[in-house]
Amino acid sequence: MKHSYLTAIILLGVIVIIGVGSQLLGVRLYDRIATNLMISLVLVIGLQTFMGNSGLLSFAHIGFMGLGAYTSAVLTIPVQMKGMALPDLYAFLKVVEVSPLLSMIAGGIVAAAVAALVAYPLMRLSDAAAVITSFALLVVLYTVMNNWSALTNGPRTLFGLPKTTDLLTAAIVAAFAVVIALLFKESRTGKLLRASREDEVAAAALGANIPHLRWRAFILAACIAGIGGALWGHFITSFAPKAFYLKETFLIITMLVIGGANTVTGAVAGTVLVTIAYEGLRGTESALNATAVGAGQLIGLTEIVLALAMIVVMIVKPGGIFPNREIGHILVRMRSRKET
Amino acid sequence: MTFAIQFSIDVLSLGGAYALMALGLVIIYGILRLVNFAYGELIMVAGYSMYLTSGSGMPWIAMAVVAVAMAIVFGILTDYVAFRPVRAKSVTAVLITSFAFSNLLQNAALLFISPRPRNVPLPDIFSQTVNVAGVITPVRNLVTIAASVVLLAAVAFLMRKTTLGIAMRAAATNFTMARMLGVPANLIISSAFALSGFLAGVVGILWIGRIGTVVPGIGLEPLLVAFIATVIGGMRSLPGAVVGGFLLAFIDTTLNYTLSQDLLKFRDAFTFGLVILILLWRPEGLIKGPASGQRT
Repeated sequence: MKHSYLTAIILLGVIVIIGVGSQLLGVRLYDRIATNLMISLVLVIGLQTFMGNSGLLSFAHIGFMGLGAYTSAVLTIPVQMKGMALPDLYAFLKVVEVSPLLSMIAGGIVAAAVAALVAYPLMRLSDAAAVITSFALLVVLYTVMNNWSALTNGPRTLFGLPKTTDLLTAAIVAAFAVVIALLFKESRTGKLLRASREDEVAAAALGANIPHLRWRAFILAACIAGIGGALWGHFITSFAPKAFYLKETFLIITMLVIGGANTVTGAVAGTVLVTIAYEGLRGTESALNATAVGAGQLIGLTEIVLALAMIVVMIVKPGGIFPNREIGHILVRMRSRKET
Repeated sequence: MTFAIQFSIDVLSLGGAYALMALGLVIIYGILRLVNFAYGELIMVAGYSMYLTSGSGMPWIAMAVVAVAMAIVFGILTDYVAFRPVRAKSVTAVLITSFAFSNLLQNAALLFISPRPRNVPLPDIFSQTVNVAGVITPVRNLVTIAASVVLLAAVAFLMRKTTLGIAMRAAATNFTMARMLGVPANLIISSAFALSGFLAGVVGILWIGRIGTVVPGIGLEPLLVAFIATVIGGMRSLPGAVVGGFLLAFIDTTLNYTLSQDLLKFRDAFTFGLVILILLWRPEGLIKGPASGQRT
C-alpha cells in the first residue's frame, strides 16, 4: 500500500506544479492551456478507470462527456437567456437554474445513470465485440445529442453557459479524479477486474462476476466523464454536439494509450505529453498558415503527426510509457534494489 | 403488391451493400481476431481515386478498376503499417494502431485534397430509373443487387474451391495448426487484406454512387454498418456477416417506412438499440463461427 500513497503524492504534485507553474509564467495562453490540460486529465483518468482495469477499449467515453456537458448546460443557463438559447425547452426546465457545482454533480449522475442503463448488456461481450458496440454507443449518443433539439439545440451551437471553470476548479476536480482512480484500482472491484483483464477464464473460475465488475467500472468512468464534460462546458461556454465525437475521442485515447492505459501514472503522463505536443503542433500549424499566403490552409497536420506517434509508440512500447507499474511502485523498487 | 416489391428491392439493394461491407471486415477478423478500424478509409480511398482520375479522360470503367486497385493497395498497406508490426503483441495495440491509421488517412485527405465534398464521376446508368412490375426504382439499386449476388457467389467459390480460400479458412479456424501444415502465414494475411480491400473498393463505388460526392469522413457510415452487421451475424462466420448485413438492411428499411418524420432523425439510435437487444438474447451473434483457436 505504501507505494500507492507515494504515487498519489507524486501525481498530485504534478498537478500542483503545472497549476502553479502556469500562473507564475503569467502568460494568459498558458493559463488556458493548463486549464484545458486539467480537463483532459479528468477525462483521460475517467477512461483509465474502465479501460485500464478491465482491459476493454471503450469508444463511448466522449459521449458521456457530452451528456454531462448538456445536462449542466440545461441546468445552469440563466432563466432569462433560456428563451434564446433553447427555445423549445420543456416548460418545467425553463424555470430551473442551479449553481454550477450542483449541476456538475448532476452531469456526472446523469451520465452514470445512462451508462448503467445501456451498458449492462454490453458488458457481457468481450474482445472485439465489446469494442465495436462501444463505438456504436458513441454514435447513438451523438445521434441523440444532435437531434434532440428541445434539450440540446440540435446540431447548432448552444451558448450562454456561465463561465465558472477556472484553473483552480479544474485542478481540484483533476486531483479528485486521480485519487478516485487510484482508490478504485486498489479496491476489491478494481483488483478482481484486473484479474479478469489478465485471464478471463481464471478470474471467472475464482468466482468473479465479470460482467458485473465491468459494469461498475463503466458507470464510474461515465460519471467521471460526465463531470469532466460539465467542467469543460463551463470553461468553453458554447459548444455543439460535434465537439463530442471522433476527433475528441481520438485525442483522449491517444493520451491514455501513449501514457499507458493500465496505470493512473500513465494517464497523467500521456495527458501532459500529448497536450504539450498538440499545442506545439497547433502553434506550428497556425504559424505555417500565417506565412504561407495563398498556399491554402493546412488542416489535419496535427492529427497526422499524432497518429504517426501513436503507431510508433504502439510498435515500440505496446503498453505505453508506464505499462504496468505506477510511479510510486517503480521508485520503491528502485530504492529497495539499491539497498540490497 | 407494389409496396412488397418496392420494399424487397430496397432491402435487397441495401442489404447487398451491407453484406459486402461486413464480409470485408469479417475476412480479416476471422483469421486474425483483430478488427480493422481503417476499413472505412478504403472506401474513401476508392472514392478519391475516382475523383483524382476523373480529369484523365479514361472511360468510366477504367477509373472504377483503378479505384478498386487503389483500395486493394491501401488494404495491403494497412496490413504492413498497422497490423504486422504489432500483431503478436496485444489486441488493444492493434485496435489502436488501426484507429490511428484510419485517422491518418482521413487527415491526409483533409490536408492534401480538401475538407469539402468532391464530385465523383458516375456513368449515366447510376442516375436513371426503371420500371419493375409497376414500381419505379433507380437502376443503381438493381446494379447493387446484381453486383452483390455476383460477388457473394465469387467469394463463396473462392473460399470453398480454391487453394487460397481453403488456406484462409484453415487459418481462420486454427492459425497455428495451419502454419504447421505449411500455410504461409504472412501471404495468407496479406491476401485476406487484399480481398478485403477489393470488397471495400467495389462497395465504395456502389456506395458513393448513391451520394455522388466523396468527403474525408465518408468511411464512417460503412464502417459502422459493417461493425454492427458482423456483431449481429457472429463475429467470425462469413455466412453470419452476410445474414447480419441483410438483417440490418431489413431493420433500417422497416424503420424508414414506419417511423414518423420526427423520429426518423433518431433512426440510427433505434437501429443500434435493436442491436443491443439482439446481443442480450445472443451474445455470440446469430451464427457461431468455427470452434475457437487461439489468437495469434
